[in-house]
Amino acid sequence: MADSVWDPTPASLVLATTVRSRHSAVVRITHWITTLSFLALLVTGVEILISHPRFYWGETGNVLTPPLFKLPIPASRSTVPTGYGYVLPDQNGWSRYLHFQSAWVAVLTGLLYVVFGLLSGHFRRHLLPARADLSWKGLSTVISRHLRFRPASGEESWSYNVLQRLTYLQVIFVLFPLVIWTGLAMSPAVVSAFPAAVAVLGGQQSARTIHFFVSVLLVLFLLVHVVMVCLTGFRNRMRAMITGRPAADREHV
Amino acid sequence: MSRISRRNLITTGLAATAGASGLAAAAKLARRYGLIPPDGGGLYGPGETLTYAAQRLLTRHSMAREFNPSQVSKPPFANAVAPLGEAFQRLRERAFSDWRLTVDGMVARPASFSLGELKSFPRRTQTTHLACEEGWSYIAQWTGVPLSHILDVVGTLPQARYVVYRSFQADWWESIDMADALHPQTLVTHGMNGGELPVAFGGPLRLRVPRQLGYKSVKYITHLTITDSLKRFCKGLGSAAPEAGYAWYAGI
Repeated sequence: MADSVWDPTPASLVLATTVRSRHSAVVRITHWITTLSFLALLVTGVEILISHPRFYWGETGNVLTPPLFKLPIPASRSTVPTGYGYVLPDQNGWSRYLHFQSAWVAVLTGLLYVVFGLLSGHFRRHLLPARADLSWKGLSTVISRHLRFRPASGEESWSYNVLQRLTYLQVIFVLFPLVIWTGLAMSPAVVSAFPAAVAVLGGQQSARTIHFFVSVLLVLFLLVHVVMVCLTGFRNRMRAMITGRPAADREHV
Repeated sequence: MSRISRRNLITTGLAATAGASGLAAAAKLARRYGLIPPDGGGLYGPGETLTYAAQRLLTRHSMAREFNPSQVSKPPFANAVAPLGEAFQRLRERAFSDWRLTVDGMVARPASFSLGELKSFPRRTQTTHLACEEGWSYIAQWTGVPLSHILDVVGTLPQARYVVYRSFQADWWESIDMADALHPQTLVTHGMNGGELPVAFGGPLRLRVPRQLGYKSVKYITHLTITDSLKRFCKGLGSAAPEAGYAWYAGI
């Protein structure tokens, strides 16, 4: 149904299936490994969070300290006053094991992706916006097209528009580094070797609070990303990210 | 499917072989240099091994952050503990004068120290952060005997690799490697915030390991065993934590 929204012209289709790949193999593989590890990080992160759904600023914080804010949810530990008369099942053990293992997978995959992106010109060609697109006119054109749900034309759908480029760059070079940094800043051993990593954030509880907010932003990105994939042709977009070639069902035409 | 060429197959095969032999070599080196944690097997073994190995390569001698006395949390939060029972009450009534810390295993001179003897040993006072795996934390000033001093007194044998410590609470036991055991900030703690260590915070004796999460700082310690292997202890996973589903290494 939604496929028709962005269908390339037959000419570009032929070109597509014979010459071009929408996404390179490294991008596709790292994309899906990151997807899996991010989902694992998200589920286990929520499990870890519910053992103490209160947030603080500075070095220390506990139930005797006024929180910066608290989430209106029950907790998995009886020591936290939540106002709920019950305690959720405690899943912290395996959640922590899986959280850190998934973090390793995500970080190593991310490193591979960033090295590839720099060496292959992926960032330069696909993600760095053209200077002209960064003008008010360029930006407003794209934004108004989004607001009116105008589909991208055939050739445009082979590359990212300026909004996509800016978003992906921020996710890759701002949000992910920040979530890794704030995660490491909660580690007592890491900060013993690199105390500045937590000092500049204002303390370990500040690191935990920032970690939470950056995770929320990453989840927001994920939601918008999935919605956009659905709106612009779920089957084609998925095919492009799995096989590298959109519209593969018409390959033999 | 035409995309799978012979060259691709050969490249992939070579890469896989190189990767597998690289991993095997890395595992051998890691074992040799003691970089594999006791819970390094199983589903989460790879992640735990990466974390522990990276920490031991980067943070072996690093010092936990110390704070100004003005940053001590007032009041600190004492986590709930299971009832300690009548035997503990009797010890408490006599001001823990009968409390003993037994040290055995791979040592030249096994010993049992009273609280008074431990307090007469050289002491160190430090203001450090204690973070629970749940997410909360506090800062307190801790006073105690560096564990390394006790290990000197009993004469630890060169093949020692771990110190196993047990609590008055029978189901609590933990262990640390020699990097943490010999670390100057690892204290057999008997004082807190200028006074005696309160029972709620682990008094009369608590092993404070400030470079790891709170659950490694076991309360009411009674027994240290120095060993070259953790395999003989219960399920061989290193401590009660992995048996309850938590990581043995909690420096993260």
